[in-house]
This record gives sequence, C-alpha cells and structure tokens, in this order.
Amino acid sequence: MTTAVALDAVPHIRRGVKCTYDQIRGAHVVLFPEGVLVLNETAASVVALCDGVRSVGDIALALGDVYAGVQPEDIAELVARLVERRVVDVDG
Amino acid sequence: MAEAPFGLLAELTHRCPLQCGYCSNPVELVRRDAELDTESWRRVFDQARALGALQIHLSGGEPLLRPDLPELVTHANSLGCYVNLVTSGVGLSRDRLRELASRGVDHVQLSLQDATRIGNDRIAGIKAFDRKVEAAAHIREEGLPLTVNTVLHRQNLDNIAGIIAMAEEMGAERLELANTQYYGWALRNRAVLLPTREQLAHADPIAAAAQERLRGRMEIVYVIADYHEAHPKPCMYGWGARQLTVAPNGDVLPCPAATVISSLKIENVRDSSLHDIWHNSPSFNAFRGFEWMKDPCRSCPRKEIDFGGCRCQAFQLTGDAANTDPVCSLSPSRSTVDLILETEMAPSEVPAMAMRKMS
Ligand code: SF4
Ligand code: SF4
Repeated sequence: MTTAVALDAVPHIRRGVKCTYDQIRGAHVVLFPEGVLVLNETAASVVALCDGVRSVGDIALALGDVYAGVQPEDIAELVARLVERRVVDVDG
Repeated sequence: MAEAPFGLLAELTHRCPLQCGYCSNPVELVRRDAELDTESWRRVFDQARALGALQIHLSGGEPLLRPDLPELVTHANSLGCYVNLVTSGVGLSRDRLRELASRGVDHVQLSLQDATRIGNDRIAGIKAFDRKVEAAAHIREEGLPLTVNTVLHRQNLDNIAGIIAMAEEMGAERLELANTQYYGWALRNRAVLLPTREQLAHADPIAAAAQERLRGRMEIVYVIADYHEAHPKPCMYGWGARQLTVAPNGDVLPCPAATVISSLKIENVRDSSLHDIWHNSPSFNAFRGFEWMKDPCRSCPRKEIDFGGCRCQAFQLTGDAANTDPVCSLSPSRSTVDLILETEMAPSEVPAMAMRKMS
C-alpha cells in the first residue's frame, strides 16, 4: 500500500540509510538495514535531491532541467515508493 | 552466471556468553582455535565486496568476543559496505559502542529473549536482561538505528505484547519477531519450544494489530511458525541468490543452516576464493533456479514465491534436501510434521532445555 505524497512535502533520507555508487554493478545504490536498492538514473537523481530542504515540487523543477518531460506527479510517486521501502521520510 | 550477492553474513565466532536453547547454530560449535584470524577475515571481506556484496553483517555467536572487531569494522567500512552489528548486547559498554560507531557500524541488531528480566534470563541462561536494556540506551544515545530481534517459542509467545512494548521503549526502528526455525540447537529442543495452536491464535492478531498501530514508527517483521502452516516459508530469495554466509572456521554456506545438509560438500575460504565458490561450487549450485525440483514443487505455481520451502528442513525431515519442504500440505511427507506437532506441542512430560554450550 503506497501512501500518496504531496507536492509540498519535503523528503529526506532516513537515518541509517547510506547512498553510494557501486563500481561492481555500475549503479547508484541505497543501503539500509533490510537490504540494498539498485537505482536507475532517474531514481538516483531524485535520491540525491532528498536533502530535507527541497520539496517534491522543487525536485521536479530541478530535474525538469535535466530530463525533458518530468512531471511532478512522477516524482511524487517515486518518493512514495522510497517511503514505502523505508529509504526516505517526508515532513509536511 | 549467477547474479552477484548483496550481503555477507560473517559469523566471526561461535563463542557466546548466552546459552539460548533456540539457537540455530550447529550443535557442533566451532571452537576458538579453529576460527579464522584477522587477516583471513579481511581477505574474506575484500573478496565479498569484489563479488558484489554491499552489506556485511557481523554476527556469531557474539561478535563482541572477537578482540579484532573494531579493526574488522574499519575494514568493512573502508570497502564502502553497510556494516550491521548483530549482538546480544552483553559486553556492549558505552565506550565500546562509541568506538565501533566511529569506525563505521551503521546499524545494530540487538537480541531480546523475553520482555521480563526473569523470562529473558531463563532463556538466555545468564543474567543478560539489564545489560540489554543498557546497550539499547547506548545505541539510542549514539544515534544508531536499532533493530530488536526476538525468537518466539512456547516459553515467550504469550508475552508478545510485552516484547513489542519493550522494543518501542528501547527506541527500535524495527522489530523482528521470528518464530523458531528448527535447526541445530533448536531442533534438539523442539519439544520445549514448539508453540501450541492456542498460543499462535493469541499472538498472531496481536502482532498484526501492532504492525498497523506502529506503521511509520516501528516496522514489525513477523516470521510465521511454519510447522503450523499449510505452506512453507520462502527460502531467502532463492538458494545462492542474494547472500552468503561464512562460518567462524571459514566454511562458506549458501544458507546459515546449511551444515545440517550432511550430503552437501561445503567449501572453505582457506582453499578457494569466494568468487569461485559463489559461481562454481556444487553446494551453491545445488538448488539454484528450479531445475533441481521434483514434484509436487516442479509443477506448482507457488514455486516462484517459496522456492519449494526450506532445503535444510527437507533434508532433516525427509532425508533428501531436494524434496518438497515437508511442512507444505502438498508434500507426501506432511504427516511427519503433523506427527511431530501432535507429540511435541504439548508433551505429557516436557524435557529440560538443552542449553547451548561448546562441548
Ligand atoms: S508444492 Fe512446493 S512450490 Fe508448491 S507450495 Fe508446496 S513447497 Fe511451495
Ligand atoms: S534452506 Fe532453509 S534455513 Fe536455509 S535459507 Fe533456505 S529456508 Fe532458510
């Protein structure tokens, strides 16, 4: 069950979660107690911007410069999935 | 070629100050003089990382009994791995924890035997309760994320609500409530540990309600009592798929309990590289994928979910590790499990718990 995340919600990486680059797999990964998440390029860019300052809307705006056609709703959905996996928490 | 593993379970030692009778370590525990030395463990970590492992679980026995633990934490951390310390909490003073945290421990898993001092210490065989409470306080002060682990059985299942409350009080972010799996010492003590149906009927809804109530605050993972179920628990993400275990003596195991399968030829890090063992050894390839399966698993749609259940249990209860896990209602050997339930759930004479000890 994924709970919806609002556009003005501010996501941050949870305590105890490590983000790093894995040379072996050639991918960004998120490490947390219950496992490992191998990120695709878009997800990696989103995770990098979950800094506890930017809102979901801000992140969408920032990524709009990099990837054409990024919709705020897509970012909200991705953040919701990261919340579900206990990688990210949201305030507000 | 098999996909790379994500995690290494490093059982640094089998020595442990606790004597829990539910332990899944083998009854023949590895003695101190047979343990890998510091240099060998470093090499194991290097090889695991090169193979693709990103998580190193420092476990045992009690890993705090290894004087080189701080060095090993530093090394695991320097490789970019997520470092998880799995401990009883006994010996985890504030200074010790501080040092380990500064060297790169990312997360602590603390065992709790029961919610009360008396209950906890009876199962642990030593006075450990107060030290666990202290250890949890140090972990919280240090700001490290905490998972509390409790193995459930007939002796503590009735206190499940208290165990959940205790984990909340300890400030845990996760609580693993795992019904006992019967390997090693636990198998020997099965007639003392098997819960009754009434106990499970009482505990299951309490766990479910707490999962709901604590959503977002404390995650509760509940592992079912498989003997009482109609389907087996899934074997990890499949045999030789995500994780490998290195035992204190350097034996490399596809699953932590794999030594119970005496027909399996186990490799050792002293003789081959982890890369070679992961990809080429008969033990890691024995139950990879679905080809090895017999019926009813082979033609069953659930095989993608449960991988035919537990290989160790199949071996222990049917004599052939490639058989369907006998807890499955479709297994021709299900009657073996039913008979065990009948005779051991509420034995007329409860045997004494065999406490875990080196012989
Ligand atoms: S028959 Fe095999 S695959 Fe099917 S449910 Fe039973 S154990 Fe699982
Ligand atoms: S074989 Fe059994 S004990 Fe081993 S990982 Fe699979 S389910 Fe667990």
